Amino acid sequence: MVQDLNIFIPAKFKRKDMKLKKNIAVSESGFIFDPSTGESFSMNNIGTEIVEYLKQDKSFEEIKKSMLEKYEVDSTSFEKYYYDFINSLQQLKLIVDE
Amino acid sequence: MEKFAFERPFIKRLSSGMPSKFGMKTKIEPITVIDDNLVKDLINKYGSPVFVLSEKTIRKTFQGAKRAFTTRYPKVQFAWSYKTNYLDAVCRVFHQEGVWAEVVSGFEYEKAVRNNVSGDHIIFNGPDKSKDDLKKAILNDSPIHIDHFDELYCIIDIAEESDKIPKVAIRVNMDTGIYPQWDRFGFNYENGEAWDALNRIMLSGKLDLIGLHTHIGTFILSSDAYRQAAAKLADLAVGLERKYGHVVKYIDLGGGFASKSNLKGAYLPGTDTAPSFDEYADAITSSLINSQIKPENLPTLILETGRALIDDAGYLLGTVLANKRLADGRRSTILDIGVNILFTSFWYDHSIIPAQPFSEHTEETAIYGPLCMNIDVLREAIDFPPLIKGDHVVINRVGAYNMTQWMQFITMRPNVIIIDGNNKPFIIRNKESVETIISQEKIPPHLQ
Ligand SMILES: Cc1ncc(COP(=O)(O)O)c(C=O)c1O
Repeated sequence: MVQDLNIFIPAKFKRKDMKLKKNIAVSESGFIFDPSTGESFSMNNIGTEIVEYLKQDKSFEEIKKSMLEKYEVDSTSFEKYYYDFINSLQQLKLIVDE
Repeated sequence: MEKFAFERPFIKRLSSGMPSKFGMKTKIEPITVIDDNLVKDLINKYGSPVFVLSEKTIRKTFQGAKRAFTTRYPKVQFAWSYKTNYLDAVCRVFHQEGVWAEVVSGFEYEKAVRNNVSGDHIIFNGPDKSKDDLKKAILNDSPIHIDHFDELYCIIDIAEESDKIPKVAIRVNMDTGIYPQWDRFGFNYENGEAWDALNRIMLSGKLDLIGLHTHIGTFILSSDAYRQAAAKLADLAVGLERKYGHVVKYIDLGGGFASKSNLKGAYLPGTDTAPSFDEYADAITSSLINSQIKPENLPTLILETGRALIDDAGYLLGTVLANKRLADGRRSTILDIGVNILFTSFWYDHSIIPAQPFSEHTEETAIYGPLCMNIDVLREAIDFPPLIKGDHVVINRVGAYNMTQWMQFITMRPNVIIIDGNNKPFIIRNKESVETIISQEKIPPHLQ
């Protein structure tokens, strides 16, 4: 996998880390409220945990490391589900590209 | 440190107030065990996908149906509708319970003979009986249910050449207030055709008219249709006694009771809409008992119930192959179960149930099979928890018509297992291999 190979990748080809919209509220139970649109959302536990990390501006690598330590999941699968989840967040307009 | 189970992360928009198009949420529980066998173990041992039948459920369902009728009527006989599921092990469970066989082709007839059903307990239905089939059935004293006049004359011909007297009934079609009316099988009641057939049989002097038969359709949600059907057959029986002094031995009301599966397009789940065996039994038996048939002539009531006796006993276990986002952002989950082996997904909205615990979060999901065909859709949209590749699912209520109507298309047919009364699993049909399929093929010399 690319990130395991110690090669130089120019910044513009790197997958960007995503930033959560600043003003959204996330509860521990996985409830999200977006005050700019008035919409609310619900997430499962893993989703909530990832959003918490995103709020703390953690990078994908950091998030992956913590999740792999805690959960029964391999790196490839995690990456796949992670980006699919980010995709959903983008579609729901909860994420901004930095 | 023991790690936690991972679930695919997901998020969904909450809509305020409005109930979703799935209506009220009903909590689904995972199915992790079938008759004391872990789903996981069954898949590990027998592969995925795999059909699993519960012998306990078959017997329990049958005994419930039998009780509903025998507590209301003195003479009741069930005949197993082979086409519904003719795997020998399944047929033999029913035969052990005292059930006869109901067949609609020479092939099914042969299966019943091999399952040691005595000839006079094999009811031969359907429009397709060859002259050889008929000769064999006549030799074995099997009740032949005549479908059309060509068959009637063929039987009279055979009877003239032999000293055996064929035992026959006619199949009658009729208006029972339901749509569609199955008028392509048998002789019509309302237009007098049924009487035409009865007169020819009686006047031929060559045939023994032992019964009257109808099968008004399948998945009949109205017990009243059966009340009407029983009344019309009773009316014919009374007429025969008046006109010819002839008493028929049985009235056969065919199959057609609804199972608890969810019909496509139905608003309420099948568990809410399907009449119980008691309701059907009440309609049929009260109709016969209240008819003009004399008490001493009360015929045996035969039932050819198919799907309602076996649907609940069948499960199809499978595995998630992949998840995808569709162009409109909807989630789709691809299973290793396609419409090629789950034929009933064309009629039913099957419940697809995770085989491991899952969170209460669900998302609108399209469930697809593995075939490279647009029609391979198990569910267009179901509220479904996030499963990941390798997770298992259970589709329940698949015992009827799948293990006979499945097709060998793109993939091969999987193992079928029965779990016996002691919770021990047995293979009752081996999964197909490439050899199974190509052993039927031949390559002409110029292509070798
Ligand atoms: C003559 C006859 N009897 C019985 C059945 C079994 O019907 P079901 O499975 O609806 O009970 C059928 C099925 O079509 C049939 O054609």
